[in-house]
Amino acid sequence: MATTHPITVTVNGKTHHNEVEPRLLLVHYIRDTLGLTGTHIGCNTSQCGACTIILDGEAVKSCTLFAVQANGSEALTIEGLAHDGQLHPLQQGFWEEHGLQCGYCTPGMIMSAYDLLQHNPDPSEPEIRHALEGNLCRCTGYQNIVKSVQHAARLMKSESLPDQGYETQEGHRPALVEGPEAVPSS
Amino acid sequence: MIPGQFDYHAPTTVQEAVQLLQEHGDEAKVLAGGHSLVPLMRLRLAAPSVLVDINRIPELRGINRTNGTVTIGATTTHATIERSEVLKRVLPMLPAAATVIGDPMVRNRGTFGGSLAHADPAGDWPAVALALNAEMRIVGPDGERTVPAGEFFVDLLTSAVEPGELLTHVSIPVPGGNVGMSYQKFGHPASGYAVTGVAAIVTLYENNYCLDCSIAITGAGTKATRATETENALRNQTLDEATMAQAAEQAGTGIDFLGDIYASEEYRQQLVKVYTKRALLAALHAANEGQSAEAQKTL
Ligand SMILES: Cc1cc2nc3c(=O)[nH]c(=O)nc-3n(C[C@H](O)[C@H](O)[C@H](O)COP(=O)(O)OP(=O)(O)OC[C@H]3O[C@@H](n4cnc5c(N)ncnc54)[C@H](O)[C@@H]3O)c2cc1C
Ligand code: FES
Ligand code: FES
Repeated sequence: MATTHPITVTVNGKTHHNEVEPRLLLVHYIRDTLGLTGTHIGCNTSQCGACTIILDGEAVKSCTLFAVQANGSEALTIEGLAHDGQLHPLQQGFWEEHGLQCGYCTPGMIMSAYDLLQHNPDPSEPEIRHALEGNLCRCTGYQNIVKSVQHAARLMKSESLPDQGYETQEGHRPALVEGPEAVPSS
Repeated sequence: MIPGQFDYHAPTTVQEAVQLLQEHGDEAKVLAGGHSLVPLMRLRLAAPSVLVDINRIPELRGINRTNGTVTIGATTTHATIERSEVLKRVLPMLPAAATVIGDPMVRNRGTFGGSLAHADPAGDWPAVALALNAEMRIVGPDGERTVPAGEFFVDLLTSAVEPGELLTHVSIPVPGGNVGMSYQKFGHPASGYAVTGVAAIVTLYENNYCLDCSIAITGAGTKATRATETENALRNQTLDEATMAQAAEQAGTGIDFLGDIYASEEYRQQLVKVYTKRALLAALHAANEGQSAEAQKTL
C-alpha cells in the first residue's frame, strides 16, 4: 500500500487540508473529496478538456495531474466564478449566446476561455478558436461558444470595475469580500 | 481510469532526484509534465511503483542565455518557451513550434525535457532539437554526461536517457550569420501530434547562396531524423524554389517510415517532401526578412 501524503490546496478561496493517496487524480480530489462536481470528466485520454480548471493562474487538465502535485497551490473551478448570485461575464456570455446544449463541456470551456481572457482581453476569432483547441464539444459546433467568449470579452471591457477581481495576475479570485460597490446586487 | 498504486517523491535538488532514481531502479519513473506519462498510467500501459516528481527542483526550470548559447531547463514548459521574448529574438523556431504543440493546457504543463526524453515519434521537439544541434545534459549515478541531439534519439520511444538518469538541461548554440529558421507541421486533426513535422535552418551568404543548412524530420518515422541528403544537395547552392523542391524529394532517405489508419507510409513519404519544401521556403523567407538580425547583433 502506497503511503498517503498530506496536502493543502486552496480551491475557490477556501483552504483544504487532506490526506491523499498519490494516485488520486486532481479531478477526483476536486469532485469526490471536495464535492465540487462542476468540473467534469469526459475522457480517459487527456484530450477532451472537460476537466479544465485554473491552477496557479494557468488552465490545466485536472485529470492529467495527481492531487499531490497540487500541494501548496491555488485552484479556481467553475464554482468559484459566480459571486453573490452574480454570474461571471463568461457565464453570462454562454447564457446569452446559447454557448451550450447538453452542457457537459461547458465548465471546461469556460475555464479555458478564462485563461485566454486573462492573457488576451480582446481576442480575435482565430485566437479564441486556437485557445479552445483543447476543449471538445459534441453538441454546439463551436460557433456559439466563440460568440459567448466574444460576448464575455465585451462585458469585461465595459464593466470597468477594477476591484471586481475577475482576472487577477494569479488567475484566481482574491478574497471574496471586496466591498459592496464591487459586487453589484441584482 | 485509475492508475496503479505508487509511492510519490518530490525532491528539490537534482542530486536527491538521482539518488531516489538509483535507489528504486527500474521500478521508478521520472514525472515531469505528466502529459505523456499520466495518460499511459491511466490506461495501465505504464505502472511504475515509484514516481519521482521533478517539478519542484528550481534549477531544472527556466531559459538562460550566455554568449552564443541558450540553455533550457528540462522542466521548462512548452508555454514558457512559447512566450519567451529571448527565444523569439534568437531562436524563433522554438516559440513557433511550441505554439503548435497540443493545446493550451498541454502546453501549460508539458515540458521540453519530458518531451525529448520520451522520444515520441510524433513529438515536435525532437525535430527542432535535432535541426538546431542541441546538446543534452544528463545526470546519473556516475555523474554528468553530454549527448549531442544526433545521438540522443535512439529508437521509437527510446532516448539516450537510461533508467536512473535525469535529463537536466538542453543547450542550443545560437546560429550566427544570416540565418532563417522555420518549423512546419502537419498535425493530426484530433490529437495535434505531428503526422509530419519539419524543422529547417538555412544560413545564407549574398544572393541566397546557401552556406549551410540543417533539416530534421519528426512524425513520419520511428524517430526524428536528419535529412542529410537534402542538406548536402543544398549546401553551396543558390536557393530558389525549384532547387529546394528538387532537394526535398530526397528528404525521406534514412527514415524508417510508419503507417497507420490515419496516414499510410506512402502518404507520409509525400508529406515529408511537401513539408520539407515548405519549411525550407519559410526559412529562406525568414533569412531574407532579417529574422536573425537581432541574433547577429548580440553575438
Ligand atoms: C492531448 C495531448 C496532445 C498532445 N499533443 C502534442 C503535440 O502536438 N506535439 C508534441 O510534441 N507533444 C504533444 N503531446 C505530448 C506533450 O507534449 C507531453 O508533454 C510530452 O510529450 C511529454 O512531456 P512531459 O513533461 O509531459 O513528460 P512526462 O509525461 O512527465 O514524461 C514522459 C516520459 O519521459 C520521462 N521523463 C520526463 N522528464 C524526464 C527527464 N527530465 N529526465 C528523464 N526522463 C524524463 C518520464 O519518466 C516518462 O517516461 C500531447 C499530449 C496530450 C495529452
Ligand atoms: S477528462 Fe478529458 S481531458 Fe480531462
Ligand atoms: S454542449 Fe454538449 S458537449 Fe458541448
